[in-house]
Amino acid sequence: MVNFLRYKLIYLIISLSVISVGLFSIFKWGYSYSIDFVGGTNLEYKINKNITKTDLTKLFKDQKIKLIDMKINKNNLVIRTEALNEKKESLLKSVLEKKISGKITVLKSETVGPILGKETMNKTLTASLLAICGILIYMSFAFKGFNYAFSAVIAMIHDFLVVIGCYSILSHFWGAQVDTMFVTAVLTTMTFSVHDTIVIFDKIREYIKEEGKGNIEDYANKALTQTMVRSVNNSMTIIFMLLALSLLGGDTIKYFALTLLIGTITGSYSSPFVATPILVWLERRKNKR
Amino acid sequence: MKIIKQILLILIALLVIWIDLPENFKIKFNLGKIKVDQTINPLSINTKLFGLNIKKEFKTKLGLDLKGGSHLVFEADTSKISQNDIKDTLDSSRDIIEKRINFFGVSEPTVATSKAGKNYRITVDLPGVDNVDEAIALIGKTASLSFKEEVVDPKSGTTSAVLKDTGLTGKHIKKSSVTFDSQTGKPQVALTFSKEGTKLFADVTKRNINKPVAIVVDNFVISAPIVQQEILEGNAVITGNFNTDEANKLSIAINSGALPLSIKLIEQKNIGPSLGALEVKKSVYAGLIGLSMVLIFMIIYYGKLGLIASLALIIYSLISLAIFRLIPVVLTLPGIAGFILSIGMAVDSNILIFERIKEELRAKKDFSVAVRLGFGRAIDAIKDANITTLTVAFILFNPLNWEFLPQFGLVRGFALTLAIGVATSLFTGVVITKRLIEVFYKESK
Repeated sequence: MVNFLRYKLIYLIISLSVISVGLFSIFKWGYSYSIDFVGGTNLEYKINKNITKTDLTKLFKDQKIKLIDMKINKNNLVIRTEALNEKKESLLKSVLEKKISGKITVLKSETVGPILGKETMNKTLTASLLAICGILIYMSFAFKGFNYAFSAVIAMIHDFLVVIGCYSILSHFWGAQVDTMFVTAVLTTMTFSVHDTIVIFDKIREYIKEEGKGNIEDYANKALTQTMVRSVNNSMTIIFMLLALSLLGGDTIKYFALTLLIGTITGSYSSPFVATPILVWLERRKNKR
Repeated sequence: MKIIKQILLILIALLVIWIDLPENFKIKFNLGKIKVDQTINPLSINTKLFGLNIKKEFKTKLGLDLKGGSHLVFEADTSKISQNDIKDTLDSSRDIIEKRINFFGVSEPTVATSKAGKNYRITVDLPGVDNVDEAIALIGKTASLSFKEEVVDPKSGTTSAVLKDTGLTGKHIKKSSVTFDSQTGKPQVALTFSKEGTKLFADVTKRNINKPVAIVVDNFVISAPIVQQEILEGNAVITGNFNTDEANKLSIAINSGALPLSIKLIEQKNIGPSLGALEVKKSVYAGLIGLSMVLIFMIIYYGKLGLIASLALIIYSLISLAIFRLIPVVLTLPGIAGFILSIGMAVDSNILIFERIKEELRAKKDFSVAVRLGFGRAIDAIKDANITTLTVAFILFNPLNWEFLPQFGLVRGFALTLAIGVATSLFTGVVITKRLIEVFYKESK
């Protein structure tokens, strides 16, 4: 048996430093939001002639369209502007075609009004809160104790903070955008986090059932020792999958897979090193009283 | 009894494989003298059973983000409609939009209404549409057709500039179609009135002999022919200065009737078919590599048990795919993410079981006893973990379509594949792995 819980201070320091770096990034740099959240137009054109950045900037200025971002990738143009209506968009396309005297194939064009984003956020938040309540209720029943459910939820919130913090860093340095895919990734992380915690708690529950109410810390250490191989192996399999997706998958899912990767790592970490120490602490306080 | 069970299992397995076959997969090879040249397609049913037409094609349905197409969100202006009528009005608008799209020839469009706070929306998904602008114009068109007549001032006998409604509108049209003028060859829109419309039209023409009757579309006078005589047959023709295309659109708009409320486009997403296809290709490729890495890892670490788990995992993937095709589930990128997560959880079930079996073996138990005990112990954790996941998936899927929960497709797609995946993995991870272990280890003894 390894005495994992002896090092709880170290776990606390690791968690706190990762979360505080993330929170620092959130407050300092925030996020770059996709048009899903702030509204705007995304255009992706394939052109058969070349155009320079300066020419393009000038063209947008002439058309009085506010340009937010653009990338020229050989024959691919990726443009983000303020929200354009269909008429303005097709006008822009024809002007651009005239300018390069070539042909444009529309690969993608998206326009979102700004109201939708806030709604998406609010609804997802409501759903998450409901999901947390559901988890609390189910776990309280399954484990016959609120402390189990509570610790699992704390670990889940820990993972939530880690993921949104890391994403802010990704967003600042590599231009990852907050979009619906990101929201999905966060939800996935939270689901996985609880899933992973339950496996360890199940082991502790089993010891209590078999050996009666003994020293909870011993049980926890024993459970951690027993489940560690499984936790590492399980996380490895998911990490293989996600590494493949983030390195080889298409552009749209690159950051999505990366977020899930971060989520899986913190989700696996938090079960033994956040949820379990909290559970032990809570149970001991309960028993002392 | 046991034999029957075995045969049944084999039949189900064959059915699953049949459903899972790739689409339009060409096989061409020579086997000695036998030449094989065939195209493979998944199962598709098209038969009559007890007078019921059963038609089902088991093909993977891809979402707009993967297949390409347009996603449009319109906001409805409900300010002029009383609170009680809003739902009906929205529903009839949805039906009209559906009709218009069908005229446009889009395969499998989805039109849905939703409510957010005080705002009512209509979302339209058009898979595989290239010319979106045209579709948008057609959907949003409020083609309200009406017939108007001149008002004669009874005192002075002069006609006023204001036209009066005759009460005859697009409602009274049974059918409209494009015909060509037999003399000029110009396109025109022919109208056939309903029974009530025929009577009204007869009245209107009788009243207005030698006077013009204006045909107004969207408050715009298209033509104002002079009535020659009373028309009893219930036919009319709109001539105007339009080309065939314009005549076609006008005809479609009249056919589908006017939208009872005005709508505004607030969101539009168009994905070209090539981009989606590339994304799918890359992601499937990446997914396959990831999956094989997982299988190799399991086999290296757990040996024979790992091999069994890999087999169970492949069976799991096949069953899930069959279910996706059966329902059918529309696969989107988040949907694929949900599926991947569920694969991870399926692997987890297996690892949990194996670790438990190993534990029992370390306690010097007999192998068959260890397998039984290991399964029994692992099942608690698997059950609790998966039920929690299902709870979350259920809330995210929002089956009752509550307006304070996500109603948009992406999160729902994620939740649906996750739920199906987890439910399937409960089955394969436990039932199938157990059977496989029994079969394999019995043989080796």
